[in-house]
Amino acid sequence: MLSFSIILFWVVFAALLFFTRKLRIFWPLLALALLLLFNQLLTPGFFKLELREGHLYGTLIDILKHGGIVMLVALGMTLVIATGGVDLSVGAVIAVAGAVLAQAVAVHNLSPGVAMLIAVLVSVGLGAWNGLLVAGIGIQPIVATLILMVAGRGIAQLISEGQVINFTDPTLVFIANGYLFGLPFTCTLVLVLLALTYALTRGTALGLFIEAVGDNDVASRYAGVNSRFVKFTAYVFAGFCAGLAGLVAASEIKSADANHAGLYAELDAILAVVIGGTALTGGRFYLLGSIVGALLIQTLTTTMYARNVSADIAPVPKAIVVLAVCLLQSEKARRYLSKLFPRKNMATPAPKFEAAS
Amino acid sequence: MNRLNPKYIPSAATALVMIALYVLGCVLFPNFISLRVIVNLFGDNAFLGIAAVGATFVILSGGIDLSVGAVIAFIGIFIATTISSGVPPLVAILLALLVGTLFGAAQGSLIRFFDLPPFLVTLGGMFLMRGLAFVVRQESLAIKHSFYQQTIRGLSIQLAPRIAIPFTAICLIAVVLVATYVCVYTRFGRNVYAIGSSETSAFLMGVPVGGTKIGIYALAGFFSALAGCVSTFYMQSGNPASFVGLELDAIAAVVIGGTLLTGGVGFVAGTLMGVLILGLIQTLITFQGNLNTWWTKIAIGVLLLLFIVLQKTISGKGRT
Amino acid sequence: MNDSLLDVRGLSKSFPGVRALSSVDFTVRRGEIHALMGENGAGKSTLIKVLTGVYERDAGGTKLAGREIFPNSPQEAEACGISTVYQEVNLIPDLSVAENICLGRQPTTFGKIRWGAIMQRAKEALARLELDLDPSRQLGSCSIAIQQMVALARAMDVSAKLLILDEPTSSLDEREVSELFKVIRKLRDDGLGIVFVTHFMDQVYSVTDHITVLRNGELVGEYLTAELPRLELVARMIGKDAKDVAAMENHDPGTHIIREDKPFLEIKNFGRKGSIAPLDLSIRPGEVVGLAGLLGSGRTETARIIFGVDKPDSGEMFLDGERVNISSPRDAIRRRLAFTAEDRKVDGIIPNLSIRENIVLALQASRGAWAKLSRAKQDELADKFIKALRVKTPGPEQLIKNLSGGNQQKVLLGRWLATEPRLIILDEPTRGIDVGAKAEIEKLISDLRREGLAILFISSELEEVVRTSQRVIILRDRKKVGELIGEAITEHAIMSQIAAPTAETKAVLHA
Repeated sequence: MLSFSIILFWVVFAALLFFTRKLRIFWPLLALALLLLFNQLLTPGFFKLELREGHLYGTLIDILKHGGIVMLVALGMTLVIATGGVDLSVGAVIAVAGAVLAQAVAVHNLSPGVAMLIAVLVSVGLGAWNGLLVAGIGIQPIVATLILMVAGRGIAQLISEGQVINFTDPTLVFIANGYLFGLPFTCTLVLVLLALTYALTRGTALGLFIEAVGDNDVASRYAGVNSRFVKFTAYVFAGFCAGLAGLVAASEIKSADANHAGLYAELDAILAVVIGGTALTGGRFYLLGSIVGALLIQTLTTTMYARNVSADIAPVPKAIVVLAVCLLQSEKARRYLSKLFPRKNMATPAPKFEAAS
Repeated sequence: MNRLNPKYIPSAATALVMIALYVLGCVLFPNFISLRVIVNLFGDNAFLGIAAVGATFVILSGGIDLSVGAVIAFIGIFIATTISSGVPPLVAILLALLVGTLFGAAQGSLIRFFDLPPFLVTLGGMFLMRGLAFVVRQESLAIKHSFYQQTIRGLSIQLAPRIAIPFTAICLIAVVLVATYVCVYTRFGRNVYAIGSSETSAFLMGVPVGGTKIGIYALAGFFSALAGCVSTFYMQSGNPASFVGLELDAIAAVVIGGTLLTGGVGFVAGTLMGVLILGLIQTLITFQGNLNTWWTKIAIGVLLLLFIVLQKTISGKGRT
Repeated sequence: MNDSLLDVRGLSKSFPGVRALSSVDFTVRRGEIHALMGENGAGKSTLIKVLTGVYERDAGGTKLAGREIFPNSPQEAEACGISTVYQEVNLIPDLSVAENICLGRQPTTFGKIRWGAIMQRAKEALARLELDLDPSRQLGSCSIAIQQMVALARAMDVSAKLLILDEPTSSLDEREVSELFKVIRKLRDDGLGIVFVTHFMDQVYSVTDHITVLRNGELVGEYLTAELPRLELVARMIGKDAKDVAAMENHDPGTHIIREDKPFLEIKNFGRKGSIAPLDLSIRPGEVVGLAGLLGSGRTETARIIFGVDKPDSGEMFLDGERVNISSPRDAIRRRLAFTAEDRKVDGIIPNLSIRENIVLALQASRGAWAKLSRAKQDELADKFIKALRVKTPGPEQLIKNLSGGNQQKVLLGRWLATEPRLIILDEPTRGIDVGAKAEIEKLISDLRREGLAILFISSELEEVVRTSQRVIILRDRKKVGELIGEAITEHAIMSQIAAPTAETKAVLHA
């Protein structure tokens, strides 16, 4: 039963775990490994891969394909959360982007390229709106983005005039359903965006600025960091990522559905980011961690499908993951744990003794 | 006393907007002036209002509760299922209130004992309750019981021929009165404000922060469950898929009602006004007839924006 | 022994990896003010937190008025009779003064709060401190000093036997301090035991009866204040010989070393309404200009308008003789100004970033996001300043929050030196750091001056200003009231200018 490729997969994964054992990403990776192992042992056909016409098919591929939306959104969300903010509006932005895309192609007969460009630009604009409220006026991020979260779906419906608009344009359908290099095209899209985000943050000093602003905004400003610009950029980028996700979401079902496109995407993305090791309070961020977090969430959902659990009940295990992640990241929980297992108390950070004075 | 305390300005603005919307309705539509519109405003928004009162406590303490909508849906289908399986309605309702309170207390305990962010904990709570609602039953279920068909309807107060204050509205008003009392006249209520204004100070001043936090979320759970019960009075059914995103409306109502999202400042009465404003917008759009429902969302969004900017300018002036 | 109120015997407390208190004894008598002294990390804070029930003790006994007590929370400590006033006002800004006094112990009947009774009690508590304040006023709208007094009123509202004052004076000006002392002395005469924690020597000598010194979590000794010379006290605190400490007291006149006569920074008629009245000030390269004055006299405000944090509304500013307009900190940094803010934790460090990242931040910010410093360059800078400023750390990748206050301050200094500034504004650079590190920072300031930096130095400790400055500007009530140069700079001269209108201020302080 165990084919060579599956053994290879586990060897590689084990090696990955070994080399990351001291990094933040270890925990989400381990969780992913355990979930996959569970499926390996108990879900028949989960690891079955098929090669048809040079394209790979199988449950694992489905995870990559359907996890695309959350992965894309999570990249932008990582930066926003790292600045100490949060963007609740990404789900609504996905809906707007889809509505704009469908309206442009199906009603105004624009070319797919132009339609995509407009949709992404509108999303960037919405991100800029959030950025303006947060960085410009100084409104608390949860509140500021709540506005667009509430109004966004109304706007999407306004654009699509309350209809579900279908389209058949092959280019647009390709985004979520096409294959490149034997893998779903969304994989390429995610990798490109990841590389772009990485270059944007670590190739420049923007990453340092984001972390500084998220950790101590006032001190960063006194050190000369343009905190407003940094925050604004993060929200614009989150809008951009949500726009791309909106294209994928619309392409997936070949239509724009203002009510359901990107529903809960913001929550999944926040969850992915937090699983990945970035604290909700801001500061250090982990892009790869967020990707692993998104994969974990999607694997969980897919596991449920594969085991014929009703989609409606799917939130229950998700809730358990949220809880587990919260507890894992809680210093207090770790302290309770180390009290239970006193031998391994080295995991407990020494309290800031000096700072108490 | 010659100048208005800044913390009353948002509430004053809320009252103004509420009156303006009502006057606008009366000017545009002659039927708007009727008593029935007002009665319905309370009755139709009762469960939202009760949930929003619960959310007010949470937000006053500086937290947030995302589980509201899912809890209401769960309680709805829970009551419908238990009643149809032969449990007396009053028992089912008491059971539901107990479940809701315990669930809230559990959320509060996680927040208190593990220092977890309320946002994540209640997000988990939302997923859990939504999923469990479907575990209880996959589709909606009507409640057919004489208690619902007759007793509840009989509990309304007749104002004029064919106009009665429905029981749901009575529940809402009772909840607002009780919650206001708790906020102003109990130590628990004052502790909520203290925690929301400055948690470390509250702790050092000897406020039982931990217990109060658990209490706040338990109370919010109780109010969500009560809102769930009231929703079954209103709908005469339970549906696991209902009330998606209701927590957003509740939060919006609280903010429009003048409570600072950072905690420490706000009034339960303001939240009631916030709920009525949301209801008035809905009613106006229904009366108009040509406008689509999505305008409701956009209007709420615009109002949120206005009130948040208002809060920002006031708190910006009030504190350095 | 009969009049002993608080009796702590053999108290120990450890945190993982750190022994914060080892077998400490501590005695406070009825009707005395007892100073608890020690450098940072000596264990003062831990001791207080154990007494107030914030921390759980590992071993040892605490008796209050002869009864063994085990407070597990601030609430329980209060119930035992131990009340605390903290350095940062720990009250609720959104609630009224009255409610702040009674919060958590409001009078109730059947669970219903009696608001009338609260007002009455608050009035009585305020009257006891001779404070004329409307109890219905929102606390957040009162000044810090008033808030501190309200905290005291709150502490007195319960029938406290022991009152702990944890650095209550660090944000008060001298007049407010003397007000506070008046109240404390009154409470002492009423028979309370008062524990007083402070960094200010003057205050220790003016108000306390006994001094207990801790060092590295151990008891050094208990002394009669009147019988312990200052130098001895410092020596006990830092565990050095008294002679070494005396060396610190050298004044650095340094006027002859100033290389140029042309000022680097010059402001004329520069001011901002409500912050600081228009004033003139100039700093030459190689010169330390001290800004002396009470808290709230406009020292920090002056620094803030120079650095572009706040906008001035009058006057002009010249750098190297050229008229400039600085509208933001970024602008100031571009013109090679630097500013270490008063509150290190809030306005200075980025706690969860490494020392390296904290050091390169300002330089990187001035280069913009796109011209990233290479990692090699960053490492080089970090190593350079860790060595030059003698930062005690295992390495540059250590998180700054794990350093002691003095080392954090050095890293922040490194952050600014990395930008190669020509003027550096130091706002209370030695606040809250231990005596040893203070001396090091003072030495650094002198070294930097010799290298030709212009320095604006703000400090509440006059000895420090006197030691380091070549020129001192004296501020009072948000106005410049005088300037001293070279040999004319003495503590007495500064004091007399500051205290000119109210001679009694000094008298009270040194009573």
